[in-house]
Amino acid sequence: MGKILLDVRDLSTKYVTRFQENVYAVDHVSLQVEEGKALGIAGESGCGKSTLALSLMGYYFPPLHYISGDIIVDGRNISRMDPDDVRRLILGREIAYIPQAAMNALNPTQKVISFIEDVIRVHDLGSSKREIYERARILFQTLGLPENVLQKYPVELSGGMKQRTVIAVAVLLSPKVLIADEPSSALDVTSQKMVIKMLMRLMEDGLVRSLIFITHELPLLYNVTDDIMVMYAGQIVEKGTAKEVVFDPLHPYAKGLMGSIIVPEEGVRGVKLTAIPGAPPNLKNPPSGCRFADRCKYVQPACRVTAVNLRELPNGRAYRCIFSEEELREAYRNG
Amino acid sequence: MKHTLHQIFHSGKFVLGFCIFIVILLIVMVYPVLFPYPPLAIIGQGTFFAPGIYVNAYDSVHAPKYTLNLEDAAAKRIASRLSEDDRVAMQEWLVGYGIPQGEIDINDTAQLLGLWNTHYDPKAQIPGLTNAKRNYYIRLDTALEGLLATEDAVIAVKNPETGALEAQGTIAQSDYVNVGQVANVRFLPLGTDNFGRDILTQLVAATRVSLQIGFVAGIIATLIGLTLGLLAGYIGGLVDDVIMFITNLFTVIPSFVLLILISFSIGQERRGAVTVAIVIGFTSWVWTTRAVRAQVVSLRNRDHVNLSKLSGHSIVHIILNDILPYIASYVVMALILQISSGILSEAGLSILGLGPRTTEVPTLGLMMNWAMIYQAYVLGKWWAYLPVLITIALITFSMNLMNTGLDQVFNPALRD
Amino acid sequence: MADRQVCLSGTGLTKVFGFGRQKTVAVDHVDFKFYESEVVSIVGESGSGKTTLAKMLLGLLTPTEGEIYFQGQKRDISTQRKRKEYWKNIQAIFQDPFSSYNIFNKIDAVLLDCIYMRGGRRLPQAQKVALMTEACGFVNLKFEELTNKYPFELSGGQMQRLMIARIFLLKPKILIADEPTSMIDACSRATILDMLMQLRDEIGMTLIFITHDIGLAYYVSDSVYIMERGKIVEYGSADEVILNPKEAYTRRLISDVPKIYEEWDLSTV
Repeated sequence: MGKILLDVRDLSTKYVTRFQENVYAVDHVSLQVEEGKALGIAGESGCGKSTLALSLMGYYFPPLHYISGDIIVDGRNISRMDPDDVRRLILGREIAYIPQAAMNALNPTQKVISFIEDVIRVHDLGSSKREIYERARILFQTLGLPENVLQKYPVELSGGMKQRTVIAVAVLLSPKVLIADEPSSALDVTSQKMVIKMLMRLMEDGLVRSLIFITHELPLLYNVTDDIMVMYAGQIVEKGTAKEVVFDPLHPYAKGLMGSIIVPEEGVRGVKLTAIPGAPPNLKNPPSGCRFADRCKYVQPACRVTAVNLRELPNGRAYRCIFSEEELREAYRNG
Repeated sequence: MKHTLHQIFHSGKFVLGFCIFIVILLIVMVYPVLFPYPPLAIIGQGTFFAPGIYVNAYDSVHAPKYTLNLEDAAAKRIASRLSEDDRVAMQEWLVGYGIPQGEIDINDTAQLLGLWNTHYDPKAQIPGLTNAKRNYYIRLDTALEGLLATEDAVIAVKNPETGALEAQGTIAQSDYVNVGQVANVRFLPLGTDNFGRDILTQLVAATRVSLQIGFVAGIIATLIGLTLGLLAGYIGGLVDDVIMFITNLFTVIPSFVLLILISFSIGQERRGAVTVAIVIGFTSWVWTTRAVRAQVVSLRNRDHVNLSKLSGHSIVHIILNDILPYIASYVVMALILQISSGILSEAGLSILGLGPRTTEVPTLGLMMNWAMIYQAYVLGKWWAYLPVLITIALITFSMNLMNTGLDQVFNPALRD
Repeated sequence: MADRQVCLSGTGLTKVFGFGRQKTVAVDHVDFKFYESEVVSIVGESGSGKTTLAKMLLGLLTPTEGEIYFQGQKRDISTQRKRKEYWKNIQAIFQDPFSSYNIFNKIDAVLLDCIYMRGGRRLPQAQKVALMTEACGFVNLKFEELTNKYPFELSGGQMQRLMIARIFLLKPKILIADEPTSMIDACSRATILDMLMQLRDEIGMTLIFITHDIGLAYYVSDSVYIMERGKIVEYGSADEVILNPKEAYTRRLISDVPKIYEEWDLSTV
C-alpha cells in the first residue's frame, strides 16, 4: 500500500441558507487517497459531490460551514487551521481544486501568461517575468500544450483548450492532491478526451501525486479512477475498486446508477435500463433511517427505523445497507 | 403573483420609495379637500411674504381681550423696537455729544433712554455726522417716543361729521387676544411668491399637475416603446430593420432639443398640460423600445415560445401570453423611470419658459421658472424655490428607489 | 424493407444564416428519408447543425434551399391554418425542460392546449379531465396532484415526463426529441427513454432523436445519421454505423466516448 496523502475522517459540513436553515450536504464522510491513485466520486446532482469537493480543501467561507471531522494532508491536520493559513500554505501547494466550468474563471481581459504571473505572486513566489515565463513554458511543454497559448487571450482559445490551461495553472505548484469537479462535463467528447488524457499524464509525470475525480458520468469515472465512491444524500453509500463498483455494485442505489449506463458498444442495445424513481431527500431535514429507503425496491420496515451504518468488508469494500452481501446478490439475481 | 408581491414588499428600497410616493400622493389628494383655496389666486399685495401666521390687525382689535401678566413682555417689546444696532448708534451719538463712554451702559434700556431724552437735540453739531445719519437719528428719536410708556393705547374712530377722533376703547399693554378668536387668520407655511400667491397651495396643485404630466407622458412613452419593441423583436426581418432605423434616428437626435423645438413650434397659446405631456411622451420612447426589443429577441427563440407555436397558437396569442408576461416586470420598471423622467422633462421645459400655459395651472417647473425670473435666488427668498426643488427630488427619488427595489426582486428571475 | 412507408424526407435541405462575410452555412444540402414508426438518431457535436435541421423539420425555421416532403407530399406551411395542420402531425420535446414551459401558465393549460388541438374544445369537462388523467398516468404522474400547479413546481425529470404526456395527448405521426435527456440525471434518463419508446409503440409514431451522445443513439435507434459541420457524413442502421463505422469522423466520435467493456484508447487525441 502506498503512502496515504489525504486522509479524511468523519468530515461533516453544512450550508446555511438565506433563511438560516441548515443543509447537511456532507455527513460523516471518511476517505483515503493513496499516492499515485485516483479516487472517483459518483452520484446524481444534489447528492453532495461538489460540496464534498469544496469541503476537502479545508477552506470554508459562507454559506459553507465546517461542523466536525479531520482532514489530514500528508500528515498535517488542516481542518482547524486558520483560513488565511489554509489559503496561503495549503491551496495550490498541497491541494489544488478545479471547479465546475473552471474555464470561465479566466479573466477575458488578461493574457494567459499574466494570469499565471498573478497566481505565482499570490503564493509569494516572487520571481522575474522572464523566470515565470520560462517556468510556464516548461510546464506547458510537459503537458503537451502549445506554447503560444501563453500569449493569447481566453477568447482566442477553444473551450477544451481553456479548460486544459486552467488545469495546467492549477498544478503549477505541483500539489499533492488534485480535486477535479466535473472537469469535462461542459465540453464535447473530443475535448473531454483531451482533458482526461491530460489528467492521466499529470499523474504519470508526478506533477500531481493523487487525484480525486468527481462526475456523474460513470463510464468516464470507470476509465479514469482506481477506486470509486458512490455518494447519496450527503453520505457514502458504496466504496470499492472501479471494476467492483461498476460491474458488481452492492448498494441498491449504486446498482441503479450502474444500470443506467449507456455506451456505444456491442451488447448494449436492447438491454433494459434500470430507472430509479423519485428524487433524493431534502437535506435540510434528512430521514432518520436509510436515506434511500423511499426510492429503494427492496425496502424493509427496518430500513426506516435507525440510521444505517457503512459496512466494511474485509476486501476493502464498503456499503451502507441493512442487507448482507449475499442477500443483495440474491435479490439482484431475482430482479 | 401573490408570491411576487410578497417579495416586492419585502424589498426595503421598494417599500421606502413606495411610502414616500404614497405620502406625496395622499397630500396631493387630501390637501385641496381640507383647504379649498384657488392655487393661482393672488392674495398678497407685494412680493415674497415670508412664511408665517398672518393675523388680521383690524380684527384683533375687536377680538375679546385677555389679561396676561408676563414678566418679559416689556423687555421683548422694547427689544423688537430697539435693536442692538440702534443702541450702538445711540451710544455713538451720546459719546459724540460729549458724554464719557464709561457712563453709558447700552444694556440698561432705562438709563440709555434717560440719557438720550435729556441730551438729544436734533440741531446739535456732532463732528463727522452726515446728513443721512442726522435724518436717521431724527427718525429714531420719533420711534423711541413712548417706548417706556406704560399707559394704554387708545382706539379712536373718526367721526364722519365732525372729523374729530372719538375714543372707543383702550388696549392695555398686558392685553392679549386668542388667535383662534380672531376672525381672519391665514397661515402661510411657505409664504407667498412674487405675485403674492400662497406657495403651499400652489405647490400642492403643481405637484398634482406634474404627476399627471409624468403619468401621461410615461404611459404614452411606454406604450409606444412596448408596441414597437414587441413588433421589432418578435417579427424581426424588415419590420425590425425599419423600426430600429427610426429608433436609432431618435436616439441620435438629443431628445431634449427635439422637445424644446416641438414645444416652441406648438406656441404658447395651445400649450396646455396635456399637450406638454403628450409631447414629452412622444420624444422619450426610444430607450424603452430598445430595451423591450432586446428582451423579446432573447425570448423569441426560447423553447416555450417554440412549443406555443407548435401548439398552433397565433402570433397575437404568443405575444400576449408567452412574451408579454415575461417582460411585464421589466416594462413596469421602465414605466416608473419614464414617469420620473417625464416629470423632470416638464420641469426642464418649464424652466426655459416652454411649459404649459401659465394662467391655467401651476406645475413644478413653472414655479421654478417664476422663482428664477423674479430672482428669488438672489434675494434669498428660499421659500419660493427650495420646497419645489425638494418636491421634485422626493418624487424622482421615490420612483428610482421603487425601480431599484423592483430590479432586485425581478432580476434574478430575468437572468435565468 | 421495401414495404416501409417514407414518413418524412428531404432533398438538398440547406440553411444559411447571415450574408456576406458573416455567412454561415448551418445545414448544407442534406438528404434524408425517415420511415414510418422507426427510431432515427441525428448525431453531431455542438455546431454540427443538428438543432437547425430539427427546427426546419418542425417548420420553425424556413429552409434557404431544398424541399421537405411529408408522407410523399411536398410540405406546404405557408399559412397559419396549414401550419396548424402540419403541427398536428409533427411535435417536439426540447432539451431544457425548465425553459420549455411558460412559467405563467398552469399545468392544466399545457395539457388542455393539446386536447383543443385535437379538436376536443367542446368535450364535457369530465371527459377532458379523464383524458388528462390518462395522459399523466401514462408517464407515472398523478393529475390530481398536478392540477392547479405551475410547471416550475416540478423537478426536471417530472417536467420532461409532462412533455411526454403532452405528446401522448397529441398523438403526432412524428416526434422530434432534441436532446431530451441531456439536462437530466442518469437515473431519470432511463425512465424518460423507456416512456418515449413505450409511447412510440403505443401510437406508432416516428421518433427522431437529436443528440450528441452516440451511446444513446446506439441504444435507442434503428437508424443513425451522423452530422458534421452541416453535412450528413454517414448514415445507416445503428449496428452498421456504430459497430462498423466507415467514415473517419464517425470512428473518431465513437473512439472519443469512454467505454466500459473495451479498452478506452486515449492515444488517439
